[in-house]
Amino acid sequence: MTAVGEEAPTFSLPDTDGTQQQAGGTPATVVVFTCNHCPYALAWHQRLLAVARDYAPRGVRTLAINPNDAERYPRDSAEAMRERVQSGDFDGVPYLRDDSQQVARAYDAKTTPDVFVLDAEGVVRYRGAPDADHDDPSQNAVWLRDALDAVLAGRDPQPAETTPVGCSIKWKGA
Amino acid sequence: MRVELLYWDGCPSHPKALADLREAMRAEGLDQSSIEVRRIETDAQAQLERFPGSPTIRVDGADVAPTPGEPFALTCRVYHRRDGRISPTPDPADLRDVLRSTPADTRGANR
Repeated sequence: MTAVGEEAPTFSLPDTDGTQQQAGGTPATVVVFTCNHCPYALAWHQRLLAVARDYAPRGVRTLAINPNDAERYPRDSAEAMRERVQSGDFDGVPYLRDDSQQVARAYDAKTTPDVFVLDAEGVVRYRGAPDADHDDPSQNAVWLRDALDAVLAGRDPQPAETTPVGCSIKWKGA
Repeated sequence: MRVELLYWDGCPSHPKALADLREAMRAEGLDQSSIEVRRIETDAQAQLERFPGSPTIRVDGADVAPTPGEPFALTCRVYHRRDGRISPTPDPADLRDVLRSTPADTRGANR
């Protein structure tokens, strides 16, 4: 389990091209657990991509991780992930497969989406929802943006934690 | 008129769906207390109830946003609002339209 203020678990996961990806090496990293089939993840998706696009010039790296059991939820299969990436639906954000679900468990991820902001030292500085309402695009992922602004300025995000909202992660054997 | 709301606990959307449904029924002058709310808990139950995901709302057995060919499973449904946004719940305007278009003889039982 990972709490705000603690060092985030390290990981190395394959993206849809099979390239292993890791967090770190940047002033801040956004790790977002997400998936293909959840309406909450889809509703927030463009807002999260906009954050990735807007903060990349400031050295922020965004990694999307799909941890869902693809056997019971075929829409979350590696092939379906690849199709979304190839269709341009991730706009350059690596989309990683957590097939063992170990990374999601190590992060204690609850839902899709569930967003974590790590600082340059790999410490979790924000965890929760992108903003207060999946149904309101004007919210513009403001909680995530504020957290990144704080981390990049060397301040503590306020709030540092919000309740993640979305579909439960589909654990194997559940 | 028979109005059902089927849901699965893995999606947090059913309270909003129920609230939207109640509001749509109120707006159409229908009895909100007649809504049948049922929880789907297993894959077998999802198959039996022909449940394509949570939430599912049916009026006289017809899905308010039919998705032909969708498998029956414990999952969250993806709806599209009229403005194109993706949503976990049906567009309230769609709910009202379905309720309004239901034949008067079956609506009468809900007044």
